[in-house]
Amino acid sequence: MKLIIAIIKPFKLEEVKESLSSIGIEGMTVTEVKGFGRQKGHTEIYRGSEYTVDFLPKVKIEIVVTDDLVAKTVDAIVKAAKTGKIGDGKVFVLALEEAVRIRTDERGDAAV
Amino acid sequence: MKLWSKPLTSLLKTASVLAVLALVSTASAQEAAVAAASAPATPSPIDPSSLSSLRIGLDTVWVLVAAMLVFWMNAGFALVESGLCRSKNAVNILSKNFIVFALSTISFYVIGWGLMFGDGNGFFGTSGLFFVSGADNSPALGSAYAAMNPFSTATYEGVYSAINWTPVPLWAKFFFQLVFAGTCATIVSGAVAERIKFLAFIVFSLILVAFIYPIGGHMIWGGGYLSANNFRDFAGSTVVHSAGGWAALAGIIVLGPRIGKFKDGQVNPIPGHNMTSAALGVLVLWLGWFGFNPGSTMAAMDGAAISHILVNTNMGGAFGAITATITAWIVMKKPDFSMTLNGCLAGLVAITAPCAFVSVTSGCFIGAIAGVLVVFSVLFFDKIKIDDPVGALSVHLVNGIFGTLALGFFYNNDIATSVAALPTGLTPFAQTMTQLKGVLLVAAIVLPSSLAAWYLVKGVFGGIRVSAEEETEGLDIGEHGNEAYPDFTPTHK
Repeated sequence: MKLIIAIIKPFKLEEVKESLSSIGIEGMTVTEVKGFGRQKGHTEIYRGSEYTVDFLPKVKIEIVVTDDLVAKTVDAIVKAAKTGKIGDGKVFVLALEEAVRIRTDERGDAAV
Repeated sequence: MKLWSKPLTSLLKTASVLAVLALVSTASAQEAAVAAASAPATPSPIDPSSLSSLRIGLDTVWVLVAAMLVFWMNAGFALVESGLCRSKNAVNILSKNFIVFALSTISFYVIGWGLMFGDGNGFFGTSGLFFVSGADNSPALGSAYAAMNPFSTATYEGVYSAINWTPVPLWAKFFFQLVFAGTCATIVSGAVAERIKFLAFIVFSLILVAFIYPIGGHMIWGGGYLSANNFRDFAGSTVVHSAGGWAALAGIIVLGPRIGKFKDGQVNPIPGHNMTSAALGVLVLWLGWFGFNPGSTMAAMDGAAISHILVNTNMGGAFGAITATITAWIVMKKPDFSMTLNGCLAGLVAITAPCAFVSVTSGCFIGAIAGVLVVFSVLFFDKIKIDDPVGALSVHLVNGIFGTLALGFFYNNDIATSVAALPTGLTPFAQTMTQLKGVLLVAAIVLPSSLAAWYLVKGVFGGIRVSAEEETEGLDIGEHGNEAYPDFTPTHK
């Protein structure tokens, strides 16, 4: 099993979700986050004082998949989330030790 | 069923008796009408006392409805201030704005009204001081104002003679003046936001409305020194707004700036957390001002006067909003919405004194200038390291003073006569000089006494500012143990 973490632009969430649906991935956890990489922030002005906002809103998606689906999942995310402009985000793949379905106590691949 | 069958039965009995009576009386009324129709018609004389009651009733309705609109401005202040401050302090700001009206009620009822409107010397009242209990036969009018209610021959006898010109009952006068006092007190809460101790604010507010506000008010509306010397302030640019502004400035001086506001010679912006709230707040205040200014006629019969004042009020707010937007657009490169909001308020504050003394055209100019003034004022206070989270000083102090002076600059004696009924006969220049003297006198009284009050509170309660840890964590937790926007619902075992 692998845990896939994707940081994407917020408006791409719906597209990524549908792309994952089309390859059979039905579960995910989504968080609103802020962050930056190489994408610079922007300057705002409030009551006469300028300030830079470095942290930009992003969306973090967490999905757990069995090993055989990792490559397909990563490709689906990258394809759907890409705009070609700076700030598109990143995908990380982590090895996962254990997964449990709370309702049925299933463990391992059966829980995913 | 059995429980209420008894009262129900007696109710039915009473109803049937009344129905029979009604039937009988209608029958006899119809007979009387027939009799009257056959006789030549002589108009029955109208009882003057019923006309007097009608007059008084109409005036009272107007005064009370206007007062309720001004009361509603407390909601506007709550929305504006909490919107322009950070979410971690929202509960505290709302608490201050909410409780300050209750506190004002106490102070003004106990002694504030008496000091402000009781007969006395040039600076404060000395009669009828406590609990609005002085002798008074309102709505009887002072002899100079008998023409306001020609249907009544009663003349005013009492100790609140400064306000014997309005044909409404004493409690109506009290309530109307109370909501104005409350407005002054709530101005302070925005300036000291995000670092004041709740208890310090409570105690200062009690002192402000009990003593400081009434003294300024007595000089101008209570028959005191300034009004006797041709100073004019129709609805309170000085009495309410700059007085509140001076008290706010004193608070900021004693408190100091918020942590992180000024660092290494730089001004760091601390953006508000809810612009929707701020916008709605200003709209509520704009509406409330339609009670604040026109209501200050405290009489309903002169519709032309009320309408003139109301339109002037609107011009002040509208033009202030526009010029502030343009100024911010130019000076700050983009039309900062908080400046549009402040501009509207600045225009409304500025027109508050002159609304009944100047033409509508002048009102447009006054609002327009106020909008420009407030933008530069915000930048100015930041530059001199005075931290004002919501622009209270720029809106209320600076434009309270400007509005007071504008009354002189744009003074029109004909309008002062027909609308305000308070002409001075002075030239605009002379009126402006008189206004200036009043501004300086009020400053000389309100600022030092406010500073003294803040220092007194600081001494007695060991400080008026929260600790650095509490300020960083947010006053909601530190002062109230509440969160405005709890992230996780609490769990119970």
